[in-house]
Amino acid sequence: MNSLLKITDLHVSVDDKPILKGVNLEVRQGEIHALMGPNGSGKSTLAYALAGHPKYEIIGGTIEIDGTPLNDLDACARARMGMFLAFQYPVTIPGVRVADFLRHAVTNMRSPDRKEGEGLIPMREFRQELRAYMSELGMDTEFARRYLNDGFSGGEKKRMEIIQMAMLKPKFAILDETDSGLDSDAVRVVSEGVNKLSGPEMGVLIITHHERLLEFNRPQFTHVMLAGRIVETGDASLAHELHANGYASIRERHPVESQEHEELVTTV
Amino acid sequence: MSADAPVKSDPDIGEYQYGFHDSTDFYAFKSRKGLDEAIVRQISAMKKEPEWMTEFRLKSLELFFSRPMPAWGSNLNTIDFQDIYYYMKASDRQEKSWDDVPEEVRRTYDRLGIPEAEKKYLAGVKAQYESEVVYGSLKEDLAKQGVLFTDTDSAMRDHPDLFREHFATVIPPADNKFAALNSAVWSGGSFIYVPKGVHIEFPLQAYFRINSQNMGQFERTLIIVDEGASVHYVEGCTAPTYSSESLHSAVVEIIVKRGARCRYTTIQNWANNVYNLVTKRAMAYGDSLMEWVDGNLGSRITMKYPAIYLMEPGARGETLSIAFANHGQHQDAGAKMVHCAPNTSSRIISKSISKGGGRASYRGLVKIQKGAENCKSNVVCDALILDSHSRSDTYPYIEVEEDNVTIEHEASVSKIAEEQLFYLMSRGLTEEEASAMIVTGFIEPLVKELPMEYAVEMNRLIELQMEGSVG
Repeated sequence: MNSLLKITDLHVSVDDKPILKGVNLEVRQGEIHALMGPNGSGKSTLAYALAGHPKYEIIGGTIEIDGTPLNDLDACARARMGMFLAFQYPVTIPGVRVADFLRHAVTNMRSPDRKEGEGLIPMREFRQELRAYMSELGMDTEFARRYLNDGFSGGEKKRMEIIQMAMLKPKFAILDETDSGLDSDAVRVVSEGVNKLSGPEMGVLIITHHERLLEFNRPQFTHVMLAGRIVETGDASLAHELHANGYASIRERHPVESQEHEELVTTV
Repeated sequence: MSADAPVKSDPDIGEYQYGFHDSTDFYAFKSRKGLDEAIVRQISAMKKEPEWMTEFRLKSLELFFSRPMPAWGSNLNTIDFQDIYYYMKASDRQEKSWDDVPEEVRRTYDRLGIPEAEKKYLAGVKAQYESEVVYGSLKEDLAKQGVLFTDTDSAMRDHPDLFREHFATVIPPADNKFAALNSAVWSGGSFIYVPKGVHIEFPLQAYFRINSQNMGQFERTLIIVDEGASVHYVEGCTAPTYSSESLHSAVVEIIVKRGARCRYTTIQNWANNVYNLVTKRAMAYGDSLMEWVDGNLGSRITMKYPAIYLMEPGARGETLSIAFANHGQHQDAGAKMVHCAPNTSSRIISKSISKGGGRASYRGLVKIQKGAENCKSNVVCDALILDSHSRSDTYPYIEVEEDNVTIEHEASVSKIAEEQLFYLMSRGLTEEEASAMIVTGFIEPLVKELPMEYAVEMNRLIELQMEGSVG
């Protein structure tokens, strides 16, 4: 059965400031959705709120996977339900080696009922799998021994996010500007990587300003966000049109949200 | 038998898994509580010591009584010196086989994993239980090369000249109040002599265990590494959890001769009712290297600043200090480096973690004496504070009497960033696992300096400290 991520009338505040004002969205396993919109429209807020960042407070509406509400679950529980966020700015954890961290995370995901002190997944098996994905994403296997994101370039960090996604095999992956700040070669590698990983087992929500990622991962649905709401939904051609012509026509079609957006962005 | 009695544990601070204790019914001797001349004479008489040692003890006792309590560091006024047992022994002799050690005691060391570690990777072991060493071993090939690894009482008896030449030369009784106390009532500890040019590949380990309530343990360790020789000595310590206090006040003296190397690693994991007030000092001679690796996880209060006196050109000193202060604990730890000769160098790296209302203080001294030109010293202190009611302090003292020297000092204090926690949790780690991973990462640069077995042990202890940390 295909799993369903269902977001209903979602309202989210950060530091008591409302950012999302009633988002409705359904993503099924196997689907690719693009989420677009000008800076400050609430795309990253939606990503963090879905993943369960404690600063992003849900003040109304629901997030559900197959009918199970996620609102009150912490980030760990949501991850174990199949949620994954590829960060726009991956966090550095000094002293923690990529392989150690990932082996722990993978074990937790694959045996969520594991008791304290029970073994991690076998080293050999884990290492083989990690190496395969690293070479696919063009990462030197030496990175497995490095401290997590410590001293990584922008492109290396983004590739590491996709490697984590590959290892953790989520039901729903949110890619928050995974293609930003990368040169065109790196965008291609990441795009191909996502393409190989997406399939019937994974629903993908791609947040992006660029077209390359969507060329490799053609969305069935494109959503446009403005002032904390999804104001339009179309197919891949909508994404193409926005790339070509910008958001001017969207603003014209949605003057109220456009006005709200201007106020929000200028007060920041 | 109470060895398997359930251990009371505070869910807030994780479980201290060494808090069990044995009955004391089988003990060979137990002094009365309290400290006076009669007790000191009794200890000396029981040990059949030479006259000079009895005199040394009595003079030290006078010094102890006459010196004021330190007015700095932690509050020690809650120690009642008359409510402590100064000497106890579980058995009359030290054994060479675990099978001969009294069963109750042997079971304790089994639970601590010492005989197993001994088989796997140690060159020799000393196990001190209360006041006396109950078990000792040394690999035969080392004994043949002239290495001495014995308890300090036996060394005085069996190697009187070597012993007397060095004993109390590095830390005289008058050094401080607790050095005086140890000098008055000392018992047990390790004595090591490594002959010229002998390299001991695997660590020598001593394991100190307090078992009784209101116990005072005062071991005295003396290590002499002769020219061009090398040794790695490791000590571990645990005690049962009681509601009343115990006192551990050791003195450790080390002499590292020309071209020699000595590494002294401590994994201190006393129960939270133990006052741990220890004086440790090494004299490092020409082109030698002395290293302290000092891990303080347990105890109620620890005041300990391992010192290195760099006595001749080319001597190097290094201290790696890890302190973890949890609920109800104050770790006042650090290092002292005294540059007495030109062209000497020192490095202090300190990492402290405070949590659950605990307090971790770094207290360090770098001193460069007149004439000690071209010295280098580098001090790095990093503190990690895990919650808003825990505390970290840094007290760096620098005394320089020479111009042509290089001294660097860096200090940082950080908190676990919400973003780091969220990132790890979004990968399916629980908040507890994520915090533990961040803390383990914080001390990783130090832990990787340890031999593998001790690195594993250190990480395991840190994880235990982190258990139950999330409300």
